[in-house]
Amino acid sequence: MHMLSRVCDSLYWMSRYLERAEHTARVLEVHLGLQLESFSTASQAHWQRMITSLGLEPPEDLSDSDLVQWVCFDPSNRLSIVSCISFARDNARQVREHTSSEMWEQINMLFHHVRSNALQEDWETEPVDFLRSVRDGAHLFQGITDSTMNHGQGWQFIQLGRYIERASATSLLLDEHFKHFQPEGAGTIDFQEHSEWIGLLKSLTAFEAYCKVYTADLKPERVAEFLLLSEEFPHSIRFAVDQIDTVMNALPESIRTGGNRPARLAGKLRATLSYTQMDEIPAGGMHDFLENVQGQCTQIHNAVHQVYIEYPIEAALEA
Amino acid sequence: MTMTGSAIERRKFPAPFENYELGDPFDEMFHASGAPRQHYQEIYDFLLDLPADELKLHKQAADQTFLHQGITFTVYGRDEGTERIIPHDLLPRIITAQEWGKVESGLEQRIHALNLFLKDIYHEGKILSDGVVPRDIIYSCKHFRREMRGVHVPKGNYLTVVGTDLIRRPDGEFVVLEDNLRVPSGVSYMLTSRQVLKRIFPKLYQACGVRPIDHYGQALLATLRNLSPEGRPEPTVVLLSPGVYNSAYFEHSFLARQMGIQLVEGRDLVVHDNIVYMRTTSGLRRVDVIYRRIDDDFIDPLSFRRDSILGVPGLFNAYRTGNVTLANAIGTGVADDKALYAYVPKIIKYYLGQDAILENVETFLASEPTEQKHILANLDKFVVKAVGESGGYGMLIGPHSTKEQQEEFGKKIIEDPRNYIAQPTISLSTAPCFVEGGNIEPRHIDLRPYILYQGEKSVIVPGGLTRVALRKGSLVVNSSQGGGSKDTWVLN
Repeated sequence: MHMLSRVCDSLYWMSRYLERAEHTARVLEVHLGLQLESFSTASQAHWQRMITSLGLEPPEDLSDSDLVQWVCFDPSNRLSIVSCISFARDNARQVREHTSSEMWEQINMLFHHVRSNALQEDWETEPVDFLRSVRDGAHLFQGITDSTMNHGQGWQFIQLGRYIERASATSLLLDEHFKHFQPEGAGTIDFQEHSEWIGLLKSLTAFEAYCKVYTADLKPERVAEFLLLSEEFPHSIRFAVDQIDTVMNALPESIRTGGNRPARLAGKLRATLSYTQMDEIPAGGMHDFLENVQGQCTQIHNAVHQVYIEYPIEAALEA
Repeated sequence: MTMTGSAIERRKFPAPFENYELGDPFDEMFHASGAPRQHYQEIYDFLLDLPADELKLHKQAADQTFLHQGITFTVYGRDEGTERIIPHDLLPRIITAQEWGKVESGLEQRIHALNLFLKDIYHEGKILSDGVVPRDIIYSCKHFRREMRGVHVPKGNYLTVVGTDLIRRPDGEFVVLEDNLRVPSGVSYMLTSRQVLKRIFPKLYQACGVRPIDHYGQALLATLRNLSPEGRPEPTVVLLSPGVYNSAYFEHSFLARQMGIQLVEGRDLVVHDNIVYMRTTSGLRRVDVIYRRIDDDFIDPLSFRRDSILGVPGLFNAYRTGNVTLANAIGTGVADDKALYAYVPKIIKYYLGQDAILENVETFLASEPTEQKHILANLDKFVVKAVGESGGYGMLIGPHSTKEQQEEFGKKIIEDPRNYIAQPTISLSTAPCFVEGGNIEPRHIDLRPYILYQGEKSVIVPGGLTRVALRKGSLVVNSSQGGGSKDTWVLN
C-alpha cells in the first residue's frame, strides 16, 4: 500500500500533538500534587521550573489558578492541552480513511470532552480529575491504535511522531531539572529536594518502575541514569530513541540519493545512547548532552520531512 | 381554502400524533381519511405503543452517535461550534416495492437519455440541428464547456454519479424536480443514517423487510474502475476532495473509506507529460481514475479558473489526452440547467423513442416571450427559480411572497430572461416527523435517489436520501436552509 506523503505527515502530527497533550497533563498533575506539600517560598520557583520545562512562555502576572487555566485551556496558547488535542483531532480528521473508526471516535470524543471542560466557568474545582481524563484518553487512543490499525507505514509514522515528541519533551524536562538539582551529587539530599526527585520520576510515570530496579533508595545519579539510559522503561530517552530507529528501518527505501539520511541520523543517536554510560557524561556536561539529544531529534524530524513528505518533484521523476 | 366536509370529518389522531393535521398535499403515512397506509401500519402501531419519552431518548442517542462519529458539516463564520451534526429525523420514510419499480426504471431511462444528449452536444450536435433543443440554451449555459468539444470520454459515459430530486404530487405520483449531474452530494447521509436507524429500531427494521443499501461503496468502486483509460487494466482510483474545510468533507472521507481508495487533495497530485501522479512516501504513483468532488471551474487553474488553488495544474490536458478519467466528465452541468430541464421529456423521446416514465413538473421558460408573459401575470402563484443557482437560493415562492418581492423578481426576469424559469407551486408530500416537544407532526419532504450510471443499465441503491423541511410549513429542504434528512426504506 502506497501512502500519500500528506497523509503520513498528518498521522505524524496527530500522534505528536497527542503525546504532547499527555505529557503536559502528566507534568501538571504531578506539579499540582507537589504544590500541596511544598513550602510557600519554594512555590513560585517551582511554578517557573515547570513552565520552562514544558517550553511554555505564559503572559506575565498570571495567578496560579489562571496559569493552570492557561496551560490547560487557553486557545491562544498553541501548546495548551486543548490546543494540542484540537490540532491532533484536526489532523486525524484529514486522514480518517487511513485510521480505524474506533480511533477517530476516541480522539473525537476526547476533543469534545476537553472542549466542554474548557467552556465550563467553575472548572477550577478539580483540575486533577480533568488532567487524569486527558491522560486516560490519550492512553486509550494509543491502545486502540495499536490494536485496530494495520501496523504498516501509517502506523510507523504514528510511532515516529509519538517518540520524537517523547524524546524531545523528556530531554527538556530533565535538562530543566538538572539545572537546579545536580545529578552528580552523591551526598544526602534534604527533605524538600527528595520530593522534587520523586516528582520528576512521577512526571514520567517512572517512580514505580524505578523502585523495581533500584528500590526506593533514591539517588540522583541513579534517577538520571534510569530516565536517560534505561533500555526497558518506555519513558526513558533511550527507549524513545530505540523506537525512532526501529521506525526508520521499517520505512521504505527512499526515492533519492542521500535519502538514507533520516535512518543514518537515527542510528547515530541510538548508538550514542546505547553506548554511553553515566560516568562518561562529564560533571556539568549534562546540559550539553541533553541539548544534543534535542538537536538530533530536530534533525531527524527535518530529514524525514525532506525525504518522505516535501521532496522535490524533479528528484522523484528521475528516480 | 374553504372548510369542506372532509375537514370536519377529519379524525382526531391518538398520541403521539395528536397534533397531526392532513392537508392538500399527499401524506406518506395516512390516507386522506386518516387511516394509516398499509405499508406504514407496522411503524404506526410501533409508535402508538412506544412510551412517551422513549423517542426523545432514541433521538438523543442518535444525535450523540452522529457527533461522536463526526457526521457533521461545517458552519462558517463562528468561533465556537463550527461543526454541527446533520439535522435528521428518526422516523423512516417508506416506499413500496411497486412504487420503487417505477422510479427505478424512470430514472434509468432519464439518465441514459441525458448521457446520450451530452455525448451528442459535445460531438455532432444532431439534436440541435434537428431543432429539438434550441442552440441558444446550450451556448448561453455557463456550464457548457467549449473545451470538451470532440473529446472522447471512456465508454462514452459522461455521467457516473447522479442524484435526481423527486417529489410526490398531491395525486401520489413521483415527478422529477431537478437533476444533479455535476457533483451531487448527500449519499453518505443516506448510508450513515441507515446504520444509526438499524441500531435504534432493530426489530422494526427487521419486521418491515427493508431492502439493503450497504453495497453502494462497492458498486461505486466497480463503476469507477470500469472507466479506466485504455491499457490500464488495474487502475488506481482516487477521490479528489477540496479538503477538510469543504462542507462535504465528511462525505468525501466516508466514501474513500467505503471504497478503500485514497482521498487526495489537489496538492497531492502532479501532472508530468500529461500523466497524473500522486505524491507518496515512496515516490510518485500514477493515477488512472479520479472521482472528483471539485467543480469544473476549480479543477485545473491552467484551463479553467486561474485563481483556483484546489485544482491540479495540467489535469485537463491529461484528461483530454485520455491518460486519466474524470468522473463525472467535465461539462455535464449543461444537462442539469434548469432551463434545459423543460426539454428533458423531448430529449428522452428523441434518443430513445420512448415517453418519459417519470414526468417533469410543468415548467415555463422566461426566455420564451409567450411563456414570459404568463409568468409575469402569475408571479403570486408560481415558484420562480434562477437558473444558475442551487441550494434553494435565488427563489421566489409566489404564494409566500410580498408584492415588493414579486415586483423585484418581475424586473429581474425582464432584464435577464434566460436566467429564470417558473413552475406552479407544488406542495411536496408530507411525512411524519418527530418534532421538538415530543410529538409527531407532518413535514414536507422530497427524495434524492443516487444513480450509478453504467450505460443502458444503472445501479440505483433502493431508496436514497429523503430530505425534510424541518420548519413547520416550509417547502425548502436544502440543508443550508434548515433542511434535514430521513432514512428511506424501500420494502421487499
